[in-house]
Amino acid sequence: MANRAVTLDDYRAVAPRGAVDVLLRIGERLRGRRVAHVSASRYSGGFVEVLNRLVPTQNELGIDTGWEIVVGDAQFDAVAQAVATALGGTEQVVTDAMLEHLLATCVENAARLPLEADLVVVHESAPLLLVDGRPASGSWVWRCHGDVSAPQHQVWSFLRRFLARYNGTVVSLARFAPSLSIPRYLIHPSIDPLSDRNRDLPRVEQAERLARLRVPRDKPFLLQVGPFTRTQDPLGVVNAYRLVKKHHDVRLVLAGPALEPNSAVFDEVVAAADGDADVIPVALPPDTQGDINALERAASIIVQKPLRADFGLDVASAMWKGKPVVGSTAGGIPAQIVSGVTGYTVETVQGAAFRLRHLLSNPELIGRMGAAGREHVRRHFLVTRHIGAYLALLAQLTK
Amino acid sequence: MTDAPPFIFLGCLEVLEILDLTARDERELGEHLRGVPDECVFSHLSGALLHRAVLPEAYPNDFALWAAAELRDLRLAERLALVDLFDAGSVEAARNELVVTIEDHVRHQSAPPAAGRGQPFTFMQAHVVPVPTGHRARTLREFRDALAEVDVSALFFHLVEARYRLGRGKGDFAEWIASSLGQPALAEALCRIDPDVGSLERLRDRHLTLLDTALGAS
Repeated sequence: MANRAVTLDDYRAVAPRGAVDVLLRIGERLRGRRVAHVSASRYSGGFVEVLNRLVPTQNELGIDTGWEIVVGDAQFDAVAQAVATALGGTEQVVTDAMLEHLLATCVENAARLPLEADLVVVHESAPLLLVDGRPASGSWVWRCHGDVSAPQHQVWSFLRRFLARYNGTVVSLARFAPSLSIPRYLIHPSIDPLSDRNRDLPRVEQAERLARLRVPRDKPFLLQVGPFTRTQDPLGVVNAYRLVKKHHDVRLVLAGPALEPNSAVFDEVVAAADGDADVIPVALPPDTQGDINALERAASIIVQKPLRADFGLDVASAMWKGKPVVGSTAGGIPAQIVSGVTGYTVETVQGAAFRLRHLLSNPELIGRMGAAGREHVRRHFLVTRHIGAYLALLAQLTK
Repeated sequence: MTDAPPFIFLGCLEVLEILDLTARDERELGEHLRGVPDECVFSHLSGALLHRAVLPEAYPNDFALWAAAELRDLRLAERLALVDLFDAGSVEAARNELVVTIEDHVRHQSAPPAAGRGQPFTFMQAHVVPVPTGHRARTLREFRDALAEVDVSALFFHLVEARYRLGRGKGDFAEWIASSLGQPALAEALCRIDPDVGSLERLRDRHLTLLDTALGAS
């Protein structure tokens, strides 16, 4: 599969029975329509994995689909980042001049990009103001991937008159939705089961990757994947591990990017390990999806205990590997974990330790919950479902 | 029976629209339920089959799930779990039953509910987009085999959507088996399958069991 393009047929083996046929059929109905996705980057952002699958799949179905990129100068990038942070509720200094520059850049891009389409999906905040130059025909939708339920007031006041010109907005969780007069649609994010992060991994490759990461396999280990930031609460996870360790001989692996500015937190975790060889912080370089895949498959239980989160798709990725997940109640984590069935949601370090101990004391639960989690992801969080949701939206908005 | 029209299986996709209405507690839930569109009530009752987690032991509708998970009010959750669109017979009757249940519960609460309990209930409604599956059947055997293969959304469309939004009597399966195959007894047996079996996959399994029995007998 690494040497040829992935097609929709490749998902028959992993998607629910009949799901691929539904996509083929609705594709027939929508054949000839044109869709344009617009973003500020083709490489960074949680939506990239989905678009990398959605765009070629829609083209395979005969829906003419393009993925356009807005370009701007360094000031545009800085303003876009500030606006994105402000939309997430963190106060930023965003002046009128900065917003005017954002608008002017979007207007230039609107004149350049091929935006005549039946449906235009604008992802995130950088290209949001493109709508100022939208053609008269076609439906425009703003796809926001994070929590914009409590944006910075001043920035929101500027942006909402532009948002009112969209035909709708799409959010990942109902409570992430902003207050708007246009229709608001809910589409949960998804994982691609055939990506490097989630594909089946031969045991030999798994062992090689773990050996390179210096993660031994001689005892069960708990795993948390995520950047080394305080938001991810790695020290809380270490504390939970210590409570578990009193009763179970396990290891804790914390894996994620540790580049600046995360390296200070990485150092804190190393210090917190305090010579315990069973606490293994693993600093991962960029583009190490295969390594994370190997770690998730080798772990016994996966922990996702951030203090704050967007949708938190690491949970679905972990469940796809057949692992129970003990997660916090931040962001979209409770929308993925079916507590008591695919894992547990917890509010405290002690709660995490309690649930981890419970699973380790009842190992048959680990397998049962892991299997339930994988099936839950198959039904609700695979990219095939996500593609279907976009196609349904296209059908709904262009009928 | 080969002259009878074939059964054409349709699946569906849903577009979930978030309404501009939330309920922070049971009192607000009851108040808002009086005025939300029928589509919204339908989406949170039987419509939940399409988008909620597969949990055999879970409450069967979004209202009961919310009462249990966010209000931590198991008594209310249990009472709301029994509100069933199929038993009520119509969306309006189900809505009335929900409102009466909630109002009665609130009236008999011994103390005001605690503040800050969990996430508010967000009202949504589903726009259902029918999709041909490519499967069709002219005989009971073909019907059974196609039912085993179609996307589970076909069960939702033909059993739930057809019955309660499109007003098609006892659902499409029973109607076709009775009128096109001349098997009213089998049709009646299919109608009696409890739709609240936890998931569409289990609903499929129940239908296949009955159909296999009928095919074995013939």
